[in-house]
Amino acid sequence: MTSSDRPPRKVIPIAAATPEPSAEGEFVSLYEAQKKIYPRSISGYFARWRWVMVFLTQLVFYGLPWLEWGQRQMVLFDLGARRFYIFGLVLYPQDFIYLTGLLIISALSLFLFTAVAGRLWCGFACPQTVYTEIFMWIEHKIEGDRSARLRLDASPWTFEKIRKKFLKQAVWVAVALWTGFTFVGYFVPIRELGPELLAFSGGWQIFWVFFYGFATYGNAGFMREQVCKYMCPYARFQSAMFDRDTLIVTYDEARGEPRGPRVKTVDYKAKGLGDCIDCTLCVQVCPVGIDIRKGLQYECIGCGLCVDACNTVMDKMHYPRGLIRYSTQNGVLHRWSQSQILRHVLRPRVLIYTAVLIALCVGMLASLATRTPLKVDIVRDRAALSRIVAGGKLENVYRLQIMNATEAAQRYRIAASGLDGLEVASEREIEIGAAESRWVAVRLQIPYGSAAPGSHTIHFDISAPESGGKVTEKSIFLVPR
Amino acid sequence: MSDFTSNFWSVFVTTLTLVGIIACGILLWMAGRKKVMATSDNTTGHVWDEDLVEMNNPLPRWWVWLFVITIIFGLGYLAAYPGLGTFTGKLNWTQKGEYEAEMAKAKTEIEPLYARFASMKPEDVAVDPQAHAIGERLFMNNCAQCHGSDARGSKGFPNLADTDWLHGGTPEKIRETLEKGRIGNMPPMAAAVGSPEDVRNLSHYVLSLSGSPHDSLRASLGKSKFVSCAACHGMDGKGNQALGAPNLTDDIWLHGWGEAAITAMINNGKVNQMPAQADKLTDAQIGVLASYVWGLSNKPVAAR
Repeated sequence: MTSSDRPPRKVIPIAAATPEPSAEGEFVSLYEAQKKIYPRSISGYFARWRWVMVFLTQLVFYGLPWLEWGQRQMVLFDLGARRFYIFGLVLYPQDFIYLTGLLIISALSLFLFTAVAGRLWCGFACPQTVYTEIFMWIEHKIEGDRSARLRLDASPWTFEKIRKKFLKQAVWVAVALWTGFTFVGYFVPIRELGPELLAFSGGWQIFWVFFYGFATYGNAGFMREQVCKYMCPYARFQSAMFDRDTLIVTYDEARGEPRGPRVKTVDYKAKGLGDCIDCTLCVQVCPVGIDIRKGLQYECIGCGLCVDACNTVMDKMHYPRGLIRYSTQNGVLHRWSQSQILRHVLRPRVLIYTAVLIALCVGMLASLATRTPLKVDIVRDRAALSRIVAGGKLENVYRLQIMNATEAAQRYRIAASGLDGLEVASEREIEIGAAESRWVAVRLQIPYGSAAPGSHTIHFDISAPESGGKVTEKSIFLVPR
Repeated sequence: MSDFTSNFWSVFVTTLTLVGIIACGILLWMAGRKKVMATSDNTTGHVWDEDLVEMNNPLPRWWVWLFVITIIFGLGYLAAYPGLGTFTGKLNWTQKGEYEAEMAKAKTEIEPLYARFASMKPEDVAVDPQAHAIGERLFMNNCAQCHGSDARGSKGFPNLADTDWLHGGTPEKIRETLEKGRIGNMPPMAAAVGSPEDVRNLSHYVLSLSGSPHDSLRASLGKSKFVSCAACHGMDGKGNQALGAPNLTDDIWLHGWGEAAITAMINNGKVNQMPAQADKLTDAQIGVLASYVWGLSNKPVAAR
């Protein structure tokens, strides 16, 4: 910190979070003990949005498994029965392509957001940030704000300190366990999960409740920014998606520097000072503990809390807002107005991401909308290639796995075509229960001698007369020499 | 691995593994002692490509501890499990032992499932939905290879879904077939029958028994020759389940139908074998499977 000859009157008196390195340099270890970060709570535009996102994401996460759809849970990835229910959809493991599509769409969305507006995901929606926010709020409620927490941690162990620490841990564990419980509730019916856990039945459910709970507790309570800085791969490759027109949290160096404390009544410009009063509030509120004034850093999660902090100070000082603001590198450099910045949003990179994303979304939705709620896998019988049966018929045997992806029992009609006189000799109609899949042995016959020896391509047509779906699958009919 | 010719590979693997782990440990220790010069702007002073500088971004110490834990875990694992050449590990773990333990565990887990069926009548087991599902899976894994997925067999492999049985179709008989297997033996009879012409005539007579297309003149000539067959198939040709002799009066032909096939059978005979399953399946499994197979040909009762 720079010292001044006179003690300033209207400067918020807090020391810098990290000591300035000495000018001549020093020998340092390649390893470093973790420095605990005590983020100061702040209110403002971005802080409010962060809370909106916390509520939205957690309302969905904690609420969704409790909603019902007809007779079942609305969203349930039933691993035991290998059926995935999402609203009215019943998906089989064979529908894995939709998960692939969803993941590609998610990844592309992340690319698009990053190219346009930096790490919005990190700052506002990432579970790591959201749970850290919740855990820090609990910490704040019990132990007080930054200075109180610093004092508490430095103080000896009194009854009051033990009480506060214990209470905090207890609430953290409760939230973490509830999170683990909810998570498992996506994979087994959540309404039956509670009684099951209390009865200590279902070993893996118990394991995953505790495992996920422990992960939440550890990540949100202790690891926090360490996950973003050292573990998260996104932090590493996001720089590949940034360019000079990407919206990022920036410090306006030209306006702020040289920084320094000042007396509000004295004309600071005459003293050669910039707008930054070096109060370090922007550093204190940062959940990853960086100094935004050092420029764009990979640790920055783009949460905008430093913007809120700085704006508060600017208001108090009666300076214009936006010394730290959401802008682009070009925007700050060329002193662009907001509309000028927005004009640079539509770049080839953004347009290509958007086009691919829209194409994928439309493709996914069209595929889901036109999906036949029936799947058929055909396996020719493993042993009997073909056989001659009574009545001078040549017979081939197939096993059909018929998967009913509707939530009502269906009668399916089995027909085959592709050879003269080809007919189904076994049952032509089969009933399959709701969301059930069954293997059915099907026999096809042709009159003996009506087809040349060899293999013939035939088609199975499986139709559901009641619900109107139809599936055609190719197979082979063998005629012996 | 040529353990049996020399222990070179064992020594090689052991050395490579241990030296690798020790090298990791030394690297970690050396890096921990090393100090680098950090200048006032927290860079290391290295500059590339005119303006690219290396920041001093120290690794968090807890991460170093993870490395240490990994090394300790690795050494502990190698002491307990076989990982160092021919060293078997303190726990004496083997894949074979693991397999046997898993199989024994599976057996004890499955036993209570089958216990319910053991006390039931085979006919009742056949209509039990759970037993049916188990039976179907057992059939698909152990029987479908020969008898087909629909149990209707093929040439040489009996159809299990009809009511024609070579050795008897009661659940008890089916169980016996499953346990001990069966050998169907039709001896070559040409010598006993007579000339090739006689054999042809006899074939037509056999065809006539089931009302199959035949030459009635040849059939009447062949009738007297059927005496040679009657010892097993009976005078009326209805077969004998005690001997496994097929019924010749129905239209079911295990080894082919028509003059050529029957002539060949009389001339050459046939040995057909159903392998015993007692070694492969447990007693309880055979019980469920026998009921399932019985249910296949007794469909009206076993309606699912």
